[in-house]
Amino acid sequence: MNALATASLRLDAGPVDYALLLVYFALVLGIGTLARRSVSSSLDFFLSGRSLPAWVTGLAFISANLGAVEIFGMTANGAQFGIPTVHYYWIGAIPAMVFLGLVMMPFYYGSQVRSVPEFLLRRFGRFAHLVNGISFALAQVLIAGVNLYALATVVNLLLGWPLWVSIVVAAVIVLAYTSLGGLSAAVYNEVMQFFVIVAMLVPITLVGLHKAGGWNGLTHRIMAANTDASEQLHAWPGSNLTGIANATLSVLGIVFGLGFVLSFGYWTTNFAEVQRALAARNMSAARRTPLIGAYPKALIALVIVIPGMLAAVLSPELAAYKASGGTLANGVTYNNAIELLIRDLLPNGMLGVAITGLLAAFMAGMAANVSSFNTVFTYDIWQTYVVRDRPDAYYLRVGRLTTALGCVIAIGTAFIASGYNNIMDYLQTLFSFFNAPLFATFILGMFWKRMTPMAGGVGLIVGTASAVTVDQLNRHGVLHMSGQGPSFVAASAAFVMDIAVSVAVSLRTAPKPDSELVGLVWSLTPRDTLKSTRLAEDYGWYRKPVVLGSGALALAVVLDIIFW
Amino acid sequence: MTDQLHKPRGVGLFDLRWILALLFAVYGVVLTVMGAAFTSQADLDRAAGTNVNLWVGIGMLIGAAAFATWSLLRPIRLRPAAPPGPGPGRD
Repeated sequence: MNALATASLRLDAGPVDYALLLVYFALVLGIGTLARRSVSSSLDFFLSGRSLPAWVTGLAFISANLGAVEIFGMTANGAQFGIPTVHYYWIGAIPAMVFLGLVMMPFYYGSQVRSVPEFLLRRFGRFAHLVNGISFALAQVLIAGVNLYALATVVNLLLGWPLWVSIVVAAVIVLAYTSLGGLSAAVYNEVMQFFVIVAMLVPITLVGLHKAGGWNGLTHRIMAANTDASEQLHAWPGSNLTGIANATLSVLGIVFGLGFVLSFGYWTTNFAEVQRALAARNMSAARRTPLIGAYPKALIALVIVIPGMLAAVLSPELAAYKASGGTLANGVTYNNAIELLIRDLLPNGMLGVAITGLLAAFMAGMAANVSSFNTVFTYDIWQTYVVRDRPDAYYLRVGRLTTALGCVIAIGTAFIASGYNNIMDYLQTLFSFFNAPLFATFILGMFWKRMTPMAGGVGLIVGTASAVTVDQLNRHGVLHMSGQGPSFVAASAAFVMDIAVSVAVSLRTAPKPDSELVGLVWSLTPRDTLKSTRLAEDYGWYRKPVVLGSGALALAVVLDIIFW
Repeated sequence: MTDQLHKPRGVGLFDLRWILALLFAVYGVVLTVMGAAFTSQADLDRAAGTNVNLWVGIGMLIGAAAFATWSLLRPIRLRPAAPPGPGPGRD
């Protein structure tokens, strides 16, 4: 990605563009300062005092994920693979988000845990808790580094600052607002960033389509330029995306690997997102958080995948790169798709909005990593294992310090990230290592009361080890897979091995008594405790989780049929 | 079940919707003026004849008005100690 720094990609920003950028950052820091006034306990700092309305947490939920990986990675996928990229949304994200809201959120929110690892502590005890707490904290600072690096490359591209200056300045801004206002500041900025991103992506899509001669113009150009155009223009079977030639196996890979294991694992157990729902003001709002988020998530696929496809036909450089099969070294790669469109389509003024949107997305991504890292580190590692039984003010102070620590470590991991050529694949691989086994352990632990504490810890370790093994086998040429296929298979292997080992270990070790599992296991939890004490504003048929969830699934199915 | 956690002061004291309205009002005005007064032929050509700034600016002004209207129609109410009365709350 160092090719970003070449002059051909420099955006021609004028005074107006910088002014728009400054307006945004003034508001961001203003929100941090305002939010500070309402932080008086650690719960305020880490979970916004559990007081946010559902539309705010819902948008923050998807915004926390709408960072570097999403914007660069999915437009890059759109440019390279075309329409099959939508599976990340309609097969991947939407069913998982609905499942989280309908099935899993009652356990998370109802048990009053403050983090995902803390749920493991209650369900399985210390062994599983420690394994997950450490691996999560590690994964978050690694991913924060990737976001920070991507952010710095945009600043570098825009202002011409050296990469290390960009990295440090970006980290300081994120640190300023997250350590001032805690999760409230992060969440409010995420919602603001969501709207700025939409204000960037929708005009790019419409103008790009206009320039390409509408949808028909786009499809004709893709058919003219590609021999595998039919694969790029139909969602199924998506062989080019999975790297699996057999159509049936490719569909299986998408549905089981991407849809079930990888996406359910990511969306239902990744604390950076779940934390947003835990900040909701009551159970009803917590359950609606991922469900409300599912609607914009389903639609935003259109303004991310289509711009990617447009970039590959409208930008001569990217078209040449694609025609060469990705081997031409002309200074651009698929990762540059969105920047090429911004450079080629937008006049000064709108350019400033687009630059603001990109920077905001990366900062929000990093802020999500940092604000979930500080929570897990403070509650799950420091308070549980290192310094116990101090007054709340002490842990609030630890939280603020940890935020600074997270930003400093992220500066370090940003330099690690700068050494990788293909960051997006690397991240997908990381998710298969950590999220897929976690999901298996969660699902089994929530529905099978016999699962033992030992099985919880061992299952996680074996699951991660299985995914790492698949990854290594593929890397060293024992398995032959390309595209995003390896991470789908690694995730599936991790899931299956985790379940198998957990069952085997459970049958040989002692389970926790039923009395300790109330509220944590489905069969031992009275149905009423899973319902919320609803307030007046939570009534109304359209606010029922089942109605919202079914609507989101229906929307995904309709969209999938349109782009079949 | 978390209601005992809520104290009458809310973290949502400052209304995000007003901040969004402010942001998009400023952006909308700037872009509309840019589009109406400072659009060159080169700008039009690169977007195949569309005046991007003007249209996006107008869209943002409408968005800002929508957020402002929403905040006016459903203002944030601080959670009172007694159960809230019927009617729309913040959502």
